[in-house]
Amino acid sequence: MTTAVERFDDEARRRVNAHGRTTVHENELLRHPVYTRVLHWSVAIFFLLAFLSGFALYTPWLYHALTPIFGGGPMTRLLHPWFSLGFVVFFGLQLLNWLDPMWWTPADSRWLKRIKSYVSNEEAVEAEDVGFFNGGQKMYFWTIAACAVIFLLTGLPLWFPRSFGRLVVAISSVLHDVSALLMLVGFIVHIYESTAQQPGTFHAMTRGTVSRRWAWTHHPAWYRQATGRDPRADYERARAATRRAGSLDPADD
Amino acid sequence: MPSGTLQIRAISGHSGAVPGAGAHREEEVCKYIDVTTCIGCKACEVACVEWNDMPFAQTTFDNTYQTMPSTAWNFWNLIKFDEHPKDDGSLMWTMRKDQCMHCEDPGCLRACPADGAIVQYTNGIVDFNQENCIGCQYCVTGCPFDIPKFNSTTKKVYKCTLCSDRVGQGLEPACIKACPTGCLKFGTKVDMLGLAEKRAAQLREHSGFQNAGVYNPSSISGTHVIYVLHDATKPEMYGGLPANPKIPATFTMWKSFAKPVGLLLALLAAPVAFFHYIAEGPKEAQPPLPGEHDK
Repeated sequence: MTTAVERFDDEARRRVNAHGRTTVHENELLRHPVYTRVLHWSVAIFFLLAFLSGFALYTPWLYHALTPIFGGGPMTRLLHPWFSLGFVVFFGLQLLNWLDPMWWTPADSRWLKRIKSYVSNEEAVEAEDVGFFNGGQKMYFWTIAACAVIFLLTGLPLWFPRSFGRLVVAISSVLHDVSALLMLVGFIVHIYESTAQQPGTFHAMTRGTVSRRWAWTHHPAWYRQATGRDPRADYERARAATRRAGSLDPADD
Repeated sequence: MPSGTLQIRAISGHSGAVPGAGAHREEEVCKYIDVTTCIGCKACEVACVEWNDMPFAQTTFDNTYQTMPSTAWNFWNLIKFDEHPKDDGSLMWTMRKDQCMHCEDPGCLRACPADGAIVQYTNGIVDFNQENCIGCQYCVTGCPFDIPKFNSTTKKVYKCTLCSDRVGQGLEPACIKACPTGCLKFGTKVDMLGLAEKRAAQLREHSGFQNAGVYNPSSISGTHVIYVLHDATKPEMYGGLPANPKIPATFTMWKSFAKPVGLLLALLAAPVAFFHYIAEGPKEAQPPLPGEHDK
């Protein structure tokens, strides 16, 4: 994976980032530049369309609920593979764009061991070795990558059944279904984590920035890398400052 | 014989009960095909194209008497010719009328995701309703007999209807009416099975075909088109008639059980996330700013 692909990725990032703007206010950090945001929402839109049109045909219990969105059954069947191709193409670009920060590291294995305390909100701030993405985000990302490959490989026989054998199509539809269910679980968790669960995260993907507090709380190693400062020290300093400010508040007693 | 209307027994891609199922008593119908008395005249092929007003299909010559390699979206009835070498070295011709078998347990209907695109009538006929067909061709994969054929212009799938339009009016299918030798007969399933067994016994006892028998495969709970074969132990020699036709498990256990259960389990993630929020709350950026819900 070298040169030509990398050059393409760099060129695409440079060109798209030249458009639009990301305003980084005081006490904020740039997290997702324009290119990343455009890719994320392109993937999201095509995913949602493919997802709804796919589940329309998944079970009779959803057929009448979801096919009208796309103008009926035949249109749903016609459009689904094209939505899916859009999803695969934009996710492929995002894969290149995020290949470096999504690479699995020993810190992610350590994160995975702590997943129970992560889920139960035991620690106020993340361990200091958590980088730009944590282990959970990386797992979701690589699950999507694997599912996208399975979707594509099994989707082609479903799209052109006459070019493949009856057995290939039958097996493909099972694998297609399994990938869809995996993606559904991941998608629900992703939406929850990035909105209600972690306030401030959604803003990173809409306007591109996060607060410094958000950064040292959720991704301390990235904070250190982006600012050159000690995340834990900055956090303690801010905490002491708010405590002092809080003690002046008579309502605190 | 049914008359007037056709009662629906099963509907493809349908959630919930089938309206009207079991409300009327109806005899199950059956097409009887005696392969041993077919002379390969193809009158049934012509009658089928005529009655169903189908555009004429281009025929293919491949050094046999067969009209084309397989049935087509506009050619639902095909006599399959085979030259079968017998044990004594001589050749035997087999001519089998290939068309939809109208399975008691139809793989096409099980596979179809579109509500009402495929129906099974109480009389056993399996019929495609093209206006509800979405062109996914799952039925092609579900069918053990390679019968449903896709028209890439209309994006719909077509096959033999067992002349449900004629049968509904008390007439026999067009192919039956055209057959000059009487190798095709039409009646109730019980009557036709009785006739077929009788003919098979006759072949065994009087014509020296020890393995003569009736093709009515139990792996799909029987069919509403049955064959009398000279050798029922080798159905494959009749243009690849499968000895043990099967519906892929994808469209049986997987579709009717695993898929809905899997979906419900996957959707559990939503209430789990919701109640996680209610019980554990969010991870705020630390330290909370004065005035944030930090207490």
